[in-house]
Amino acid sequence: MVKFNRFTLDNGLRVIVHEDHTTPMAVLNILYDVGARDENPEQTGFAHLFEHLMFGGSVNIPSYDEPLQRVGGENNAFTSNDITNYYITLPSSNIETAFWLESDRMLSLAFSEKSLEVQRNVVIEEFKQRYLNQPYGDVWLKLRPMIYKVHPYQWATIGKEIKHIEDAKIEDVKAFFKKHYNPQNAIMVVGGDITLEQVKELSEKWFGTIPAGEKYHRNLPQEPEQHDERRATVTAKVPLNDIYIAFQMGDRLDESYYVAELLSDVLSRGHSSRLYRGLVQEKQIFSEVHAYMTGSMDKGIFAFEGKPLENISIEQAEAAIWEELEKIKTIEIPADELTKVQNKTESTMIFSEMSLLDKAMNLAQFELLGDADMLNHETAKYLEVTSGKIKDLANELFRRDNSTTLIYLAEVS
Amino acid sequence: MTIDRKQAPEFRAIDNINLLRPAHQALDNGCNVFCFNSGDQELVRIEWVFGNQRFNPEKPLLNVAVNTMLTEGTNSLTASQIADKVDFYGAFLQVDYGYDNSVVTLYSLNKHLKHTLPVLKDILTDSIFPEKELATYIRNQQQKLQVSLQKNDVVARRTFNKALFGDTLYGLGADMDTYKTLHREDMLVHFKQMYQPSNCTILIAGKIEPEILKLITDTFDKDWTNGEIKADTSQPEANPAPEHFYFTEKPDALQSAIRMGLSVINRNHPDFPYLQVLNTVLGGYFGSRLMANIREDKGYTYGIGSGISSLKHAGAMFIATEVGADVCKSAVAEIEKEVNLLKTDLIPEEELSLVRNYMLGSLLGSLENVFSHADKFKNLYFAGLDYDYYDRYVDAIKTVDATHLKDLANKYLDFDKFYKVIVGKC
Repeated sequence: MVKFNRFTLDNGLRVIVHEDHTTPMAVLNILYDVGARDENPEQTGFAHLFEHLMFGGSVNIPSYDEPLQRVGGENNAFTSNDITNYYITLPSSNIETAFWLESDRMLSLAFSEKSLEVQRNVVIEEFKQRYLNQPYGDVWLKLRPMIYKVHPYQWATIGKEIKHIEDAKIEDVKAFFKKHYNPQNAIMVVGGDITLEQVKELSEKWFGTIPAGEKYHRNLPQEPEQHDERRATVTAKVPLNDIYIAFQMGDRLDESYYVAELLSDVLSRGHSSRLYRGLVQEKQIFSEVHAYMTGSMDKGIFAFEGKPLENISIEQAEAAIWEELEKIKTIEIPADELTKVQNKTESTMIFSEMSLLDKAMNLAQFELLGDADMLNHETAKYLEVTSGKIKDLANELFRRDNSTTLIYLAEVS
Repeated sequence: MTIDRKQAPEFRAIDNINLLRPAHQALDNGCNVFCFNSGDQELVRIEWVFGNQRFNPEKPLLNVAVNTMLTEGTNSLTASQIADKVDFYGAFLQVDYGYDNSVVTLYSLNKHLKHTLPVLKDILTDSIFPEKELATYIRNQQQKLQVSLQKNDVVARRTFNKALFGDTLYGLGADMDTYKTLHREDMLVHFKQMYQPSNCTILIAGKIEPEILKLITDTFDKDWTNGEIKADTSQPEANPAPEHFYFTEKPDALQSAIRMGLSVINRNHPDFPYLQVLNTVLGGYFGSRLMANIREDKGYTYGIGSGISSLKHAGAMFIATEVGADVCKSAVAEIEKEVNLLKTDLIPEEELSLVRNYMLGSLLGSLENVFSHADKFKNLYFAGLDYDYYDRYVDAIKTVDATHLKDLANKYLDFDKFYKVIVGKC
């Protein structure tokens, strides 16, 4: 149980307070309701590039990191296809420094040309390091546009191509800030060794005077249901073949989400899971094989990935995955197997309460979904899932005409 | 209410850091148990830590393979049954091989501990490393190795460790053929000698009610006995390579991995906390000199940092990054410049005071929950140090001055003696 209070400032900023006096630290987490899905298709990677620029100084404070480090704080941020999230942890006695820094960059950035130029280069190096100069690093750059034909999830947060990042101009940066970075589009969570009264006072003091700005109304093209089997094969300088099979699935608020999570756990969580036991240990088809899902705000992806052993053909390997899927589509999973994944989920939820930062991030994300208190009802939702629902969902998702297959072949030298 | 946004709020320096100290209990079989009792959640983390056996260059993979395969079967449980039991009770079972110690960790809700502990007892006392599972392990490791060897940063790290430490656990970088030296009979002998109570430390962290502690000590005391031969945890001396420069060319590389550094003191040396301050200034935090120059000013890389590894029998300080292939030479020149600056110029007081506060805040922040308190203890205990180490550490951060740091840089950081590894294009 994660207890919290919440209030909203006149300018629309939502604030959640989670007191935890077992730690001498505090955390300030700000989620901006903007991600790569909100980008212009000709300027992809922008939300993420912008995240980097948020550290390049704000209107009244030339350096973001330096004053924070001076008071013993640390910070970081991440961008996803849905959101951009910034967080600070610091000794609770210095919490006001976090308010000062975060409020100033919500008020306005410095928009320095030098910062833009440097961060363009840094992000281009990140593009290379994580996506281009790694074996299999570009898989999702290729898969996303096959799965999404109209929805902006068709590009990854890093962007479609390096050129989009090279072309970013300071005017674009300013426009993006104006559109997305204002109190109405943000959720702030303050947690740790602080009090509700203290947070109210500091929020009013530092954030209360920031103009509300314009509300951004998201209107994205929604991805139509898939009814055609999609497939591509690429060859690259990698040591082993690799297979990806992806299916469209519901969005995060769809009631099938919890069923899908447990379905994925049954198939792939831990060494007792079906794919590991069946295809790695027993049939010896793969050296590794996994299932996972994106859990995105709009229509998501349920994906499989496996590296077949060298004596196994791609066709055999692909057939072996489908065989497991057919099994789960036709035979209800036994009660014990369901209890197992439910128990695992329950204990994961309890263990996650050990981390102050995790709690703060979770509260922010559930508030964005509609209500931070959903966090406290998650376990119950997993416990409501039945074997029948899992089988039904498997039938709904794992259809050939809902599949996108990417065969990633090792170049024979 | 008007506020001056240009003016930073008042702040307080950190003066007190309270570390939770464990309760200690020695079992009759020689196993030491340390308990960190705190927290609201009804759960525990239990770690069984075993000192690694002496490195055998003919059979270099025994330590890691035995540790990794502990979950692969016992006389009474198959690998599947082990996984089933652990997962069914919502527990997490991890094996972690480290340079000095091999660890088995169980995360469990207290209410399920009576079901999960017997599985742990079984794998720690009765593992059999079945032939079939061993073959699977070897094949899968070889496949993973092929992928790892395509990653420039991995190749750089392996080359660097081999150069610094030679034929030791620290310098080991397995290739495909190394796996041919793994045999079940050797693993069984190794297991028997290493995984015994006198070579085991148990660390428990979480909400430890008396009956929980009793359950654990009962399980791991009474019928867990030592073998005739003690574990041999001595290690051969490191034999550093005479060659200091290694370049592996990858003609298609978009980026080059750079790793450079040298052997230094470890945590047991009185200079160590001061060297950590010096390392932080150089590359130990986001605002460090390497980051400020090579990422934030030049934009050559997504990230660069330096670190010190303190091992039982050695220590190393290193700088690591991946940079655009076209700027590789410039990046190396900038790294050299930053290292040498520490030796010639005093660190300005403003920068030093920032680093002091950052390091103290970071220490405080690293004590997130009861698990982190246990982790801090491990740093001390396995280095043979006491809690006064952290008093000295905090004192070093607060009192070290720029002259002292400059002297240290001259004592430890001779760029000409650095091992330098580049994988990519330069």
